[in-house]
Amino acid sequence: MAKDKEMGYAAVMARKNRILMDSLGIDFSKFETGTIAFDYEGVMAATGMTFDEIRRIQLAAGVGDTPMLEMRNITALARKYAAPGMGARIFIKDEAANPSGSFKDRRAATAVYTAKRLGFKGVAAATSGNYGAAVASQAAKLGLNAIIAQECYDSRKVGQPEILEKTRKCEAFGAEVIQMTVGPELFYKFLTILEETGYFSASLYSPFGISGVETLGSEVALQIRRLTGKDPDAVIVTHAGGGNITGTARGLAREGCKAQVVAASVNLKGLHMASDGHFNRKSFTTGHTGFGFPFATWPDRSDMPRNAARPLRYMDRYVLVNQGEVFYMTQLLANLEGLERGPAGNTSLAAAFALAQKMPEDAIIVVQETEYTGAGKHIQPQLAFAKKSGIDIRFGDPAEEVPGESIVLPQHPGLIAARDVDMDGLRKSLIRNTLRNNPDADLTDIDIEFLAAETNSSVAFVRDNI
Amino acid sequence: MIKKGTWVSIRATILEAGSRAEGIPADTAAMPLVMWVKGHLTADCTLGNRAEVRTATGRIERGILEEAEPYTNVDYGGFVPELLRIGADARKILFGGETHG
Repeated sequence: MAKDKEMGYAAVMARKNRILMDSLGIDFSKFETGTIAFDYEGVMAATGMTFDEIRRIQLAAGVGDTPMLEMRNITALARKYAAPGMGARIFIKDEAANPSGSFKDRRAATAVYTAKRLGFKGVAAATSGNYGAAVASQAAKLGLNAIIAQECYDSRKVGQPEILEKTRKCEAFGAEVIQMTVGPELFYKFLTILEETGYFSASLYSPFGISGVETLGSEVALQIRRLTGKDPDAVIVTHAGGGNITGTARGLAREGCKAQVVAASVNLKGLHMASDGHFNRKSFTTGHTGFGFPFATWPDRSDMPRNAARPLRYMDRYVLVNQGEVFYMTQLLANLEGLERGPAGNTSLAAAFALAQKMPEDAIIVVQETEYTGAGKHIQPQLAFAKKSGIDIRFGDPAEEVPGESIVLPQHPGLIAARDVDMDGLRKSLIRNTLRNNPDADLTDIDIEFLAAETNSSVAFVRDNI
Repeated sequence: MIKKGTWVSIRATILEAGSRAEGIPADTAAMPLVMWVKGHLTADCTLGNRAEVRTATGRIERGILEEAEPYTNVDYGGFVPELLRIGADARKILFGGETHG
């Protein structure tokens, strides 16, 4: 009975940091430098791998070097709604060409390789998204076991077709999938599995995962230079947990590329991510504000003691699009460019379509990912599922969309908009969250400088807002 | 009776409705946290009874036997007429209204 007691929710959660340390081989406590500050670059360097090594590991695993494609018809369509001389060239990086169909293979490749090198027998990850498939795929290649814990069903055992497809894909790679009902306590079950198995925690938010995305940013810069003879002006990144933008921006910076880094999320305002009733009223399971805002303003909410994904450090701009706009763009991508991809990865494409219209014709805007599509994970089953869930689907002005009640497809392409998020508002929110989560903090100069870096602002801005 | 060794899905309650984490929405807190996992039955069992499985990674899990030989049944959904219009509209805007009619 004593053993049962130790496995209770509170007891396991209290052991969280110890379990994660054992399952990752990194002691995060040695990177703490202030009351709230920590040595972020030290955490990133804790992978022990150089950029070139990571690239080699990924290429050996069939990951990366994905095609960069110019969207000539989508660009031409955007120019129909732009002022004369305006309408940037839109490029898209076809990350669906990775082994499991998304950029997440980059994150998984470094993590699973490390697990193998350190002698772990298996890897585990908590994710309902493409990352699970990526971990399962890389584990299959390296002969490791994989366990993926997914938030999958509401309390009626009704699941989003997209997530059920992801279950199938993980199982197709030989992984064990644990499907759960809605709730953040999935993490509790996940921790018990790490303890039971002694597997490596292939967290989305470990430095292994995030450093794996740096190759994506690097490839974007080098490919655009090769194709056009110059740098991209803007790189649009679909934003959820923050790893995509963090790794991409770091990779761009590595190549000396000064492109504006723009985050884009689907607006799911009003839908609570942990609500059983709301779970199936959203038609996007990732790339949305339900992850995008909280992770931008409090990254250490993740399953790591310190999150290696720190999006607010890297986003120059953050824009929102609506579900109907992304579904619409997904269909345009198929009908005008012959590419059936997405839809969640097309969030940044919808934003790019609007942003391109405000940029000159010779400017270059890059959408840095696509993702695979298939039964369940496709606009048709997702829209059919939404209809069945009582969501009103209609053509109109997407600005009128109410998440959870309607999906408004644009009446015409000119109505697609990228709506700016107040960046200073996000910065203040991060500072507020940091103080709230460290109520006894006696802030040092190191902490103030840390917050300035965290918010990509200045010491003066931080001092004004604490 | 489902035979030992059959690939099945079991259901187990991880947290009862009254013992969910603090701070989660009321509608979620009112429901138990439930898990489903698949594996080979370690002994003969009938649907709805307590069962034990050996999962794909060789772990043992216990729960209620829910389904024998489970499979994925996602598809491409029902007819969504709106999708027909999107491409047709865009082609007209881009390439003009000519048809092969």
